[in-house]
Amino acid sequence: MAKAHVYGDNIDTDRIIPGKYTKTLDLSMLAAHVMEDVDPAFASRFQEGDLIVAGDNFGCGSSREQAPLALKTAQVSLVIARFFARIFFRNAINIGLPVLEVPHHSIQMGDEISFNLAEGKVVNHTRQEVYQATPLPPVMLNIMQEGGLVPYLKKYKDFIL
Amino acid sequence: MLPQTIAEKILSKHVGKPVYAGELCVVPVDGAMATDTTGPLAIKAFREMGGERLANPERFHLIIDHAAPAPNERIANLHRMMRSFAEETGCHFYDIGSGICHQVMVDHHRVNPGEVFMGADSHTPTYGAVNALACGVGSTDLAAVMLTGKIWLKVPSSIRVNLHGHHLREGVSAKDIVLEVVKHITISGANYQSVEYHGELLHYLSLSDRMVLCNMVAEMGAKTGIVSPEGLQLPFNFEPVFADKEAVYTRVLDIEAETIHPRLAIPHSPDNIHDVSAYAGTPITYGFIGTCTNGRLQDLQSAAAILKNKKIPSGVRLVIAPASRQVLLDAMKDGTLQILIEAGASIINSGCGPCVGTHDGVPGDGEVVISAANRNFKGRMGNPRSDIYLASPATVAASVLYGRITVPNQSN
Repeated sequence: MAKAHVYGDNIDTDRIIPGKYTKTLDLSMLAAHVMEDVDPAFASRFQEGDLIVAGDNFGCGSSREQAPLALKTAQVSLVIARFFARIFFRNAINIGLPVLEVPHHSIQMGDEISFNLAEGKVVNHTRQEVYQATPLPPVMLNIMQEGGLVPYLKKYKDFIL
Repeated sequence: MLPQTIAEKILSKHVGKPVYAGELCVVPVDGAMATDTTGPLAIKAFREMGGERLANPERFHLIIDHAAPAPNERIANLHRMMRSFAEETGCHFYDIGSGICHQVMVDHHRVNPGEVFMGADSHTPTYGAVNALACGVGSTDLAAVMLTGKIWLKVPSSIRVNLHGHHLREGVSAKDIVLEVVKHITISGANYQSVEYHGELLHYLSLSDRMVLCNMVAEMGAKTGIVSPEGLQLPFNFEPVFADKEAVYTRVLDIEAETIHPRLAIPHSPDNIHDVSAYAGTPITYGFIGTCTNGRLQDLQSAAAILKNKKIPSGVRLVIAPASRQVLLDAMKDGTLQILIEAGASIINSGCGPCVGTHDGVPGDGEVVISAANRNFKGRMGNPRSDIYLASPATVAASVLYGRITVPNQSN
């Protein structure tokens, strides 16, 4: 089980990882600053394996893949949003950061959550509730299950819709 | 065949059968591009995929614009990596000073009407100005394009924006129009969709104006933005792609261009749109003109028209980054640059400049910036303790002249 960190709507990629940190291949540097402009206490509050729960349009703005990479490197186990900005959503799945679009839920800060990616099922143990994620098209589900687009393309050599 | 939007037509031609909004398809990509923010990760992913040769080196472009010249050794080494990759693979390479990726792609005709283009930068839809379908993607998607020459995507549904009227009010430019569109559509209202521009006003819009309209569809969450080709002038013959009359749109937005006043996006979101007049008098210390939205010759000229024979007062600074080397040369030749420099502006290297918060003019704590860029997210320019207002180049120029937000008009 993992603890939920709940934030609002329209969290942009500039706040997930500011542009001043993005020009690097050192992923630990990204993780060190992730979410600091959303929540200055994020680093002290967050424990490896916890998840982020956001509202509408998480990851809007820049196409920087450093945003999902920073979250993944910081050991965020899952990001839930009502819906994601399109580039962030693709990027997250392409680099192997688990993401689910859950339109209806009542998750609050600190709730204990478990989830099943393939079934798109999210269990809120604190509130004894189960939520269903918007189903992914098979191509996205396959990329996610392979752990990202790099292992997917190495295996399949092409896109299978 | 059912009637089609411009996006549906372009994608149908590429996949070789009629496709419509909502269908998934694997699309051959005509051209692709990455910058120094996204390129190094794309190169890394390309290698990890087992990539050795690019699918189409003639149509792949690497460009150093986001932090150019390199402000530190970490970034200098990423630039080195890009230079050697370009040499090894034979792709096109544009070094520091060439300009902002999107301006360079259009200046050099690297994207053409009816084409599909993938750029590892969210403002890639800018090329809809030349009637192309262009999308922003991340580094790993781009690596797959580099390797296979293809991308999978969902055919977008389209929002139709009709721009009515034959002229704009004094002091109003394409930036004010697009801010008005962002206000109606909001920051997520075009997620996964194409924003298609139509209307009589198109006959009066320059290529630069069209680029502004498509550039900020990124601030609506759109997959792409495309301007219908009426009035599009390019220095070569091309086959324009029009929408069918009965094409289906998820939404139609009608805008009477002549009713639009100068607009402003207030902190901290580009869809937080108000009239400049409502915030007139707000003190500012820093103005910025540049970026893929508003760093073109006509933008510099509109600032120069306001700043001619004037001095920016002490305590206020104006930073200008021409969008490309060509823009810089043109502004030098016609005297625009001299006017701006004499007024007290600082001209910086052609590139993204302070827009991405890495170098070239980071605001201090508590400072208020008026910027001709496209994003005013908290921390965007490198300091989360500063405020950014977005406006047209004319509004920025008028505002730096008085040290407060000012409506641009003849009395400036």
